[in-house]
Amino acid sequence: MAAINRDDVAHLARLAHIEMSAEELDRMAGELAVIVDSVKSVSEAAGDDVPATSHPIPLTNVFRDDVVGHTFTAEQALSGAPDSDENRFKVPAILDEA
Amino acid sequence: MTEQNPAGISAETLIRLSAAQLADKLAAGEVTAVEATQAYLDRIAAVDGQVNAFLHVNAEEALAVAAEVDAIRAAGGAEAEALHYLAGVPIAVKDLIVTIGQPTTAGSKILEGWHSPYDATVVERLRAAKMPILGKTNLDEFAMGSSTEHSAYGPTRNPWDLDRIPGGSGGGSAAAVAAFEAPLALGTDTGGSIRQPGAVTGTVGVKPTYGSVSRYGAIAMASSLDQIGPVTRTVLDSALLHQVIGGHDPRDSTSLPEPLADLVAAAKTGNVEGLRIGIIKELHGEGYQAGVENRFNDALELLKEAGAEIVEVSCPNFQYALGAYYLIMPSEASSNLAKFDGVRYGLRVLPEEGPMTIERVMGATRAAGFGDEVKRRIILGTYALSAGYYDAYYGSAQKVRTLVQRDFDAAFTQADVLISPTAPTTAFPLGEKLDDPLAMYLNDVATIPANLAGVPGLSLPGGLADEDGLPVGIQLLAPAREDARLYRVGAVLESLLEAKWGGPLLAQAPDLAAAGTLETQEAK
Repeated sequence: MAAINRDDVAHLARLAHIEMSAEELDRMAGELAVIVDSVKSVSEAAGDDVPATSHPIPLTNVFRDDVVGHTFTAEQALSGAPDSDENRFKVPAILDEA
Repeated sequence: MTEQNPAGISAETLIRLSAAQLADKLAAGEVTAVEATQAYLDRIAAVDGQVNAFLHVNAEEALAVAAEVDAIRAAGGAEAEALHYLAGVPIAVKDLIVTIGQPTTAGSKILEGWHSPYDATVVERLRAAKMPILGKTNLDEFAMGSSTEHSAYGPTRNPWDLDRIPGGSGGGSAAAVAAFEAPLALGTDTGGSIRQPGAVTGTVGVKPTYGSVSRYGAIAMASSLDQIGPVTRTVLDSALLHQVIGGHDPRDSTSLPEPLADLVAAAKTGNVEGLRIGIIKELHGEGYQAGVENRFNDALELLKEAGAEIVEVSCPNFQYALGAYYLIMPSEASSNLAKFDGVRYGLRVLPEEGPMTIERVMGATRAAGFGDEVKRRIILGTYALSAGYYDAYYGSAQKVRTLVQRDFDAAFTQADVLISPTAPTTAFPLGEKLDDPLAMYLNDVATIPANLAGVPGLSLPGGLADEDGLPVGIQLLAPAREDARLYRVGAVLESLLEAKWGGPLLAQAPDLAAAGTLETQEAK
């Protein structure tokens, strides 16, 4: 498996929407390289015949009756929002119009 | 301090009672719920400046609930009869669990000042039992850590030695209970966040079977690993609290449909004769502190004398568990934490210059709102899930999860309960592992397998390590849905150990009040 480098971290930070300074990228790349190296053995542990487990205790087809339960008022739903307008979340521009 | 009750129980004595002892005295009318709650609030005021276990104290509401319980008891009749056994017994709640009427921060700046519009299911159940909620306890940011040093609100300190870590992520809940600031607390355990703090603070912590307690309203780190559970001073208290919070919840689709077993009865069984208790070969010895190993061996000796059969089992794939955990957990966390985007709740930070687009606002918000460890795990998870690496990392880790489950299955054909030290060392000094993420991750080496497999685990005090005089934790593990076995064995081991010590281990902890204010010292 490939090692993780500074460019990888910069790319991943963009994907994860976390701005990072040059100093932070350097430090994070070093730390993550050590961590990734330490978990490498995981890829050699199991053969192709071992099924993956995504959930510890499988429950299948968990249904509930289709009835209206508790719902929030617009005021409650917006109570923690950093910005709102006319009962809606107010979001900065989606596209760069510049 | 509050005035003395008719039974002449001082506040100093009151705060040292177990939850069960306090419940008995409340029912007998020897003390009131308001007295007990006030005694704990006074204790928090006296010592939490040193411990920093609480992020928020909920005095007014807690006293109101206590007064309601007292009024119902005083009036008598059907309503008094119907009161829950723990009604009026106060509790602290880890600040990862949402509560109406109090802030919930998850230990992060990104949620500073946020109030949830709903209660977690476990909180609803505490309210239904009329247990006064004392406040919200400190934690590593979003429960990511083993020392509570990753909290954005400063570290919690270990009541046994204020220069040492209280474990994590639930160091606040464990320290609150250990420092007699609360008789009970709730924690969450994704890789050991209830059990490891229990071990290093000399308290009891239980990670129930996955699905035994609803996760609705616990801010998710890794949804397939997270579990809410009890943090207490005695095994019986954990069983009592588990029964309050456990059981099916339709709002959590991973909640087990069947009713809980009688865990309190299990804790009162009183014998381990004929039970097979399995030592996990891979979870002791090399890498474990000598004093931890000694106390572990003492526990085995006591169980053997009590009639249990000690066997040795091998779980060879546990060597991969830590690596698999540090791929699965960050992967799930990177997805779960995507919702903190500066739009619907919490912090919004605008970029200092350039276009003010949503993407740039998210980038600036998450840069300012998340701490280093959270960023590390989000980046690591994003990496493990990215195209080209998914099979090698996340896919392989999921296969290891199968292997760990198979190891447990095989071990449980040879033993009814498994046993190990909870953590490889006692509490280390604050700051010691802060710059070495990998060393920090190793604290969870013995607790992580249970989360990967969904099986229940309990940590209880095993005594003090010879070399540093700090608490050592003993971990018990049982098959999924067999939480009752943990309480049965745990309660027996606890009573044997306490007989040896001449009382609870916490009675040997240093007196925080003596070092702090004089107000808490009772006139003799």
